[in-house]
Amino acid sequence: MSLKIFKINEALKEFVPSEIVDLEEKATWGNPKRGIWDLPYAKELVEEHSLCAGCPESLAFRYILASLPNPEDTIIINSTGCTSLVFPHIALHTVHSLFGNQNAIASGIKRTLEWRFPDKVKDVVVLAGDGATVDIGLECTLHSFFRQERITTICFDNEVYANTGGQESGLTVKGQIFKMAPKGKQWDKVPMWQLAIDSGCHYVARLTVSSPKRVEKVIKQAIYVAREVGPTYVHLYTPCILEIGLNSDDALEEMRGRDKERFKFFEYISEKAKEVIERKKQEGLI
Amino acid sequence: MAKLGPAGYSPYPVALYEGILTPPPGKALLFTELVDEEIAMREAAKAMFTRENPTVFPGPQVLYAWNEEAKKKAQLVRKMAEVFGARIIPMYDYRPKYPKIDPQKEINPNHPNLTIWHNNIKVCIFIGVHCHYANVALKIIRAETDCYTIALCGNAGHEDATVTLRDQHSEELEKFIRIAEEVKRELKK
Ligand SMILES: Cc1ncc(C[n+]2csc(CCOP(=O)(O)OP(=O)(O)O)c2C)c(N)n1
Ligand code: SF4
Ligand SMILES: [Mg+2]
Repeated sequence: MSLKIFKINEALKEFVPSEIVDLEEKATWGNPKRGIWDLPYAKELVEEHSLCAGCPESLAFRYILASLPNPEDTIIINSTGCTSLVFPHIALHTVHSLFGNQNAIASGIKRTLEWRFPDKVKDVVVLAGDGATVDIGLECTLHSFFRQERITTICFDNEVYANTGGQESGLTVKGQIFKMAPKGKQWDKVPMWQLAIDSGCHYVARLTVSSPKRVEKVIKQAIYVAREVGPTYVHLYTPCILEIGLNSDDALEEMRGRDKERFKFFEYISEKAKEVIERKKQEGLI
Repeated sequence: MAKLGPAGYSPYPVALYEGILTPPPGKALLFTELVDEEIAMREAAKAMFTRENPTVFPGPQVLYAWNEEAKKKAQLVRKMAEVFGARIIPMYDYRPKYPKIDPQKEINPNHPNLTIWHNNIKVCIFIGVHCHYANVALKIIRAETDCYTIALCGNAGHEDATVTLRDQHSEELEKFIRIAEEVKRELKK
């Protein structure tokens, strides 16, 4: 992408709202060292969101968008679900795919971009809910790993089909009752992070979004490894406060609680990935 | 208000279903008639001088400085608005704006009628809006408002606009401004 598309013509600048002028003047384009510390000072790439007040997905969005090392050349592929409500507000290239197809679409886009722009780094990032990643899209997700596609897949695990009103998903925990799962879930939560490792991902992380700094580090590592080595997978706990009956200001406490148990920070790094991460650390990029 | 179109897909009675097509090269469309470019420019200018709250809606292709032609066009858009005494409301991107748009400050292709209703705009110019979004916006305006729409299109034009001028680049915009100044004198505005 050329940053010229954010350069507003002087003759018409006074008619353009300030939030768009800020994208040109105060956004952190072109700086791979950008990160969550820019959040209070720089123009964010997401202005507002249409999620429930206090939904942790909105936190995850802010942290991820602030951490992308190359936003001007990043394409986000998303899927239907609560997350998809945010994409219209994002000042980046995003592609809304058919529910579940996101990793197949991302594979095609990544390959085409490599062919079309051989001299340019273009990061392709998939961002989808647990239903899209692990249930309906599981085949596309795993096959993109088997094929060693150089994309980063981020799953927003809220342990439920939130957008359709509360059905259980493969990532719902055993015994959990939802409005549309009144008997409680009968089976265990799918260990998606383990499936990702077994299917060939070179970097895998599981965490909640309670710590912005940690999210930044994980996202940068996942993207740098995907660029050079192969598929990477990030599993984020973003609880659906609406479906589990919490208030808007309860999400952080909920995530901190899970930090100590089923979402305890976990990271897998392959040998090839270690080499990339070490190098990027030395370059001061992580 | 919206009705189902003949093909069942479009909620609006779009121009195409009434047999109205974009003009061939060298010609312009005035309501349902093919006319010479100059005639269409004069009629468009008259509408801009005589109808209420004339407004220019510049789109991304002229708002952003992505090439030399775009920079030149932006200056011409500004000059054109000055000649007409028109307001400028930008369509700076096409993201659907939820939970709300500010119709005083922007127009959005997904609900252009809100900006037109809110500001009681009875005549407007579309320029620099990418064709597929201009098509959406002009259909909605045609069906939902009584606004006279003028499309200054760099490509093949838009059959849903009241006046369609096609292949409009900076040279043609200069011509349009000259004609507008003439019409202004004739109307003693
Ligand atoms: C092909 C297809 N199947 C089903 C749906 C219905 N649908 C919309 S959102 C959704 C659930 C999304 O759940 P998840 O991916 O976990 O995202 P969340 O809303 O929880 O963030 C479903 C099944 C759809 N839009 N498209
Ligand atoms: S329904 Fe749940 S996941 Fe969706 S926006 Fe609301 S709190 Fe977030
Ligand atoms: Mg979900």
